[in-house]
Amino acid sequence: MAERVVITGMGVVCPLGHDVESLWTAIVQGKSGVDYTTIFDASTFPSTFSAEVKGYSLSKFIKNVELHKDCNRGCSFALGAAAQGCRQAGIDIETDEPKDGIDRRRLGIYLGAGEGSVNNEVFFDCLVKAWDNEKSVMDWGRWAQVAFGGMSPAGELEQEPNMPAAHIAILTGARGPVFSCLTACAASTQAAGEAMMLIRNGKADVVIAGGAHSMIHPLGLTGFNRLTALSTRNDSPQTASRPFSATRDGFILGEGSAILIFESLSSAKKRGAKILAEVIGFGSSSDAFRITDMHETGRGAIQAMTAALEDAGITYKDIDYVNTHGTSTAENDSIETKAIKAVFKERAKQVPASSVKSMLGHLIGAAGAAELITCVLAIRDNIVPPTMNLNDPDPELDLDYVPNKSREMPVNIVMNESFGFGGQNNVVIIKRYEE
Amino acid sequence: MSSAAAVITGLGAISPLGLTVSDMLDGLCAGRCGIGKITAFDPVGFNCRIAGQCPEFKVQQYMPKTYRKAAKLMSRDIELAVVAAYQAVTDSGLITKAIDPENINVDPARIGINLGAGLISCDLVELAPAAAQSITEGSFDIRKWGKEGLELVTPLWLLKYLPNMLACHIGIIHDIQGPSNTITCAETSALLAISEATSFINRGVCDIALAGGAEAKVNPIVMIRQCLTGRATTGGNDRAETACRPFDAGAAGSVFGEAAGIITIENREYAEKRGATIYAEIAGTGQSSSINEAYEHIEPDGQGIAIAIENALKDAGIKPADLDLIIPHGTAIPADDLAEAKAVEKVLGDAINDVPVWPTKSMLSNTGAAGGALDVIAAAFAITEGIIPAARNCDKKADGCNLNIVTEPIEKEIKYALCCSYTYGGQTAAVILKKMD
Repeated sequence: MAERVVITGMGVVCPLGHDVESLWTAIVQGKSGVDYTTIFDASTFPSTFSAEVKGYSLSKFIKNVELHKDCNRGCSFALGAAAQGCRQAGIDIETDEPKDGIDRRRLGIYLGAGEGSVNNEVFFDCLVKAWDNEKSVMDWGRWAQVAFGGMSPAGELEQEPNMPAAHIAILTGARGPVFSCLTACAASTQAAGEAMMLIRNGKADVVIAGGAHSMIHPLGLTGFNRLTALSTRNDSPQTASRPFSATRDGFILGEGSAILIFESLSSAKKRGAKILAEVIGFGSSSDAFRITDMHETGRGAIQAMTAALEDAGITYKDIDYVNTHGTSTAENDSIETKAIKAVFKERAKQVPASSVKSMLGHLIGAAGAAELITCVLAIRDNIVPPTMNLNDPDPELDLDYVPNKSREMPVNIVMNESFGFGGQNNVVIIKRYEE
Repeated sequence: MSSAAAVITGLGAISPLGLTVSDMLDGLCAGRCGIGKITAFDPVGFNCRIAGQCPEFKVQQYMPKTYRKAAKLMSRDIELAVVAAYQAVTDSGLITKAIDPENINVDPARIGINLGAGLISCDLVELAPAAAQSITEGSFDIRKWGKEGLELVTPLWLLKYLPNMLACHIGIIHDIQGPSNTITCAETSALLAISEATSFINRGVCDIALAGGAEAKVNPIVMIRQCLTGRATTGGNDRAETACRPFDAGAAGSVFGEAAGIITIENREYAEKRGATIYAEIAGTGQSSSINEAYEHIEPDGQGIAIAIENALKDAGIKPADLDLIIPHGTAIPADDLAEAKAVEKVLGDAINDVPVWPTKSMLSNTGAAGGALDVIAAAFAITEGIIPAARNCDKKADGCNLNIVTEPIEKEIKYALCCSYTYGGQTAAVILKKMD
């Protein structure tokens, strides 16, 4: 019999707050974390707004900040979120002699983490100084000279996507399996699913799972703006994220980190840890269609949802709430709706399916884990989060998206969906914990 | 919980030793070095000007005609992966959509993919005209970029550089609709991806999975990072073929390169039923982490590597002395080589004198996220042929290194072979292959 996997801790640093309760209060009240971009001057970009983490200080969460001083933004958020999650779960951090009863060789890490920003000043300075625009040639000698003068070894190293996992290992002393994956917008749901598998398969007792990412930087914004994936509703940032509405025009670039502590039921019981929910199913699939578009029938999404239900040993009839990927792009919301209809059949219009991205924006690599935290809290409080800014419904999209107001109702089993650019789909199912 | 055995049925590689797996294996057997002067860009101003570069190839030859338009959306990392994946699929005898759409012999929903990828660097020449358009009084002006420069960036620019695009393009080309993941743990990515693909097979979520890794490190940004962190050797610019010296007393840093290694992993029963040629079984995998405040290096005692190897041995149900071959990570960075040697010695105990150790980076260079996959292919070859070729550039072992480095080719039965790897940042991985009965 495989180990049952439960959640014993959570932590978050996101546009709606730097702790789980602040996030949840804002979500239940339908507040927006979106505003004009301040991290750099984005005032001339097609999208001038984003969902930023504001007023964050790592020193509020950990003692030895010096050890992590070169962290990129996403990595710093990850440390704050991991510290919160570990505290709630009773995992000792920043110590050589943990007394929490967890064998460090059985403590793993599985993150869906993104790369850090380049040092923009140096990056563009090198380009400008070394490029001969008339002849269209790069003077690599000049480029190297400027680059060697401006780039720092630590600053360059810290851009690597495995760095959040590296820093969390230093913070916690984790010596079990450590993975970092990057499947675009589906990364941290993938990490959560695979973290559960590590425990089920006996490779670890406890896994620090989740995601971290910040793409609110000039090249990130440039990339998404050129893809025309972002909303350009510059006159009204707070209402720009409007999943499933007829006037949706793209997602809102966000940033943050969310960490969940996954643990085998036997370890959690042995330690007397408080159990927040049980993780029961995971499904992963690929669209294998186009790198720019989802398959028009939603076949990849359907396969991931079906695989997760099968893995959990339940049917669509058992799901109380679907936390959608719901990005507010024309394509995603329409195809995700089709997929839900295909999987949920006669129940499709009855099962509430909302998008917290309407408030939180899209945290890219960290999105799935942040949303999974809201699923745990939905179960805890029997409240389904709303889809905000849904004032002009798309006639083609006719599910119960829980428009504009959170809803009190019994919530026991929740499906969390994430779909990545390029067609990587991941779905995790969690359940109210019962003996 | 029941667990299905995972076997290797296909190999694919493009490396500095050639465009195919047999080129690579011939090169390794002959002790040939794939490292030379950098030609991909003008490395003037770099203190390391050598690298392992792949021979020229046309990626369009490795995909159906209908998909060739998409080749312009592929960074070099993606191209390399597409080449190796095509070879692995062909070698395993699977007929996917890309091979022959009329005679497909696999269920797309039952194939998965799990690849290791690096932090893909953008093409600076591609961005430069946009930056040049964004200058005010001689300096870069972000406001001008947002309005004018940005418009010069090609619309799908970002998609060339997302690490998951390796798996996505391959998935589209071969119609892979099962589970898909991309591991981004720098130089240990490939072994971790192979471990995770093995888990796909073990837990039954697919019958077949492509796994491995790819990375193109020969570009200015990646190379400057390796120079800045002091990981690249600087003294070998005039003697490229002897510059990368894993575990040698004269080692002075790594030499970086580009490659892709992808293997086909299959459920054993499924492979046997369809009569596939099986190279080896994946008998065990293990992972851990080094914990080191100076995280550009692994911890001096290599504990994270030792734990990963111990976990893999336990998973395979064997003792250290059962190993017949070890392919270590061996970067030729002296501190890291020493730590790895200590870790292997700690796990092997007395067996340290008997188990042959065959480092490959002296010939293949350090190909980042691809490296572990090339080593798994080399190990599968050693197992099937009963040959361990000689190491190169290890003339006198470094002080403190007690590994039994192979100096002359060995012919013997190899039942169990271990590949291990680690990366800056600390993640470690070990994979054990077993000869088929």
